[in-house]
Amino acid sequence: MSCTVRIPSPLRSYTAGAATVTADGGTIEEVLASLERRFAGIRFRMVDEQARIRPHIRLYVNTEEVQQLSQPVGARDVVHVICALSGG
Amino acid sequence: MLRAMTATLWIGTRKGAFTLRLNGSRRGWKLSGPQFLGHIIHHVVQDPREPKVLLMAAKTGHLGPTVYRSSDRGRTWREATQPPAFRKAAEGEKARAVDRVFWLTPGHASERGTWYAGSSPAGLFRSEDGGERWEPVVGFNDNPMNPQWVSFGTPDGQLTHSILIDPRDPRHLYLALSGGGVFESTDAGADWQPLNEGCAADFLPDPTVPFGHDPHCVALHPTVPDRLYQQNHCGIYRLDRPGRRWVRIGEAMPKKVGDVGFPIVLHPTDPQTAWVLPMDGQTVWPRTSIAGKPAVYRTRDGGKTWRRLDRGLPRSQAWLTVLRQAMCSDGRGARVGLYFGTTGGEVWAGANDGESWRCIARHLPEIYSVTHAV
Repeated sequence: MSCTVRIPSPLRSYTAGAATVTADGGTIEEVLASLERRFAGIRFRMVDEQARIRPHIRLYVNTEEVQQLSQPVGARDVVHVICALSGG
Repeated sequence: MLRAMTATLWIGTRKGAFTLRLNGSRRGWKLSGPQFLGHIIHHVVQDPREPKVLLMAAKTGHLGPTVYRSSDRGRTWREATQPPAFRKAAEGEKARAVDRVFWLTPGHASERGTWYAGSSPAGLFRSEDGGERWEPVVGFNDNPMNPQWVSFGTPDGQLTHSILIDPRDPRHLYLALSGGGVFESTDAGADWQPLNEGCAADFLPDPTVPFGHDPHCVALHPTVPDRLYQQNHCGIYRLDRPGRRWVRIGEAMPKKVGDVGFPIVLHPTDPQTAWVLPMDGQTVWPRTSIAGKPAVYRTRDGGKTWRRLDRGLPRSQAWLTVLRQAMCSDGRGARVGLYFGTTGGEVWAGANDGESWRCIARHLPEIYSVTHAV
């Protein structure tokens, strides 16, 4: 099953500038693994070595914020990666 | 320095990496960059065993930390396939994640391709393939004493820095933890012992503790590796091995200046010569030049006496802060060139062992590191 993933600008160096890519998987974990296979290094920038989403990254499936990497993802779903910065 | 030669300074900043290149003329520093604009660059270090190779410690405000590697003197970079990371925590165990790769050190001359990285939170990592894949140094990260060593971090987090390799023995290592102390390993990192006797820790309820000190920068002399110098939160020290007791050589600094600072730089061949850049560590710790009058201090006698070097530096109202990785020498000749970068984005060059200074770059982002490359 493949879904759509919206890539924010800080991560587009991994996707050759693409803002939207497709990824395989029935869960967020599988989607991230699929992204990592295609775009080596991208997962670790979003998820730490303890499989926790990094503090200033948010993942959404459509409009629902991802709490667990085991969260299901459907074929028509859109996964959004959101980066937060503050200050200078 | 400032004589006919080529040299490169790598400037790691809060917003990317820059280079300053000297191409043969005495005053011809050319600024290039930024590379990785917007990335937080803590350290850029050349491999002395393979000078075309450089490693860069990077992250951004939102993305996780990583290491980039160049094999063409910094023209192009490729990300490590396995950046430094702690092992996966067992159920119920405290789960650590690398927030920043803070420090990079090339391994021993005999161990081509070996590098060490220090992180925040406190962690030590080793690569044996030139920085491509990194593994935790278990003997440090999972040492049963580690949670006690690193219990006291700084407001910027625990910082692992000053990873030093004894040029006579690749198994003999030192490292420093801000809010932890200096530690030594004689078995390639399998075990570590604190090495803080003689260092003050006057911010602790018991200043005689074996660890918990706050080294800001530790340096080992390359030609006399039994001699170490340390700029600590609580003074400037020297240690001559096999001794274990640091001597506070900062006591000889002028009382109005004190002996607080971040960096300490050693002369490449003369073990009696070192430079520090004092900062204000009074009251709430402004960490700026004392009284707004920046100066470098140099000893030529192992810390018995110090001389103020401020020719060319601003005479007043200059509130500079220079971080621990942001001062270096070019390591060349009997009278070396010195360089420092400020958190206000200026780079200063000190000719002839720091006798006279001039600003060679300004308007850069906050500078975290200044390193010299050949």
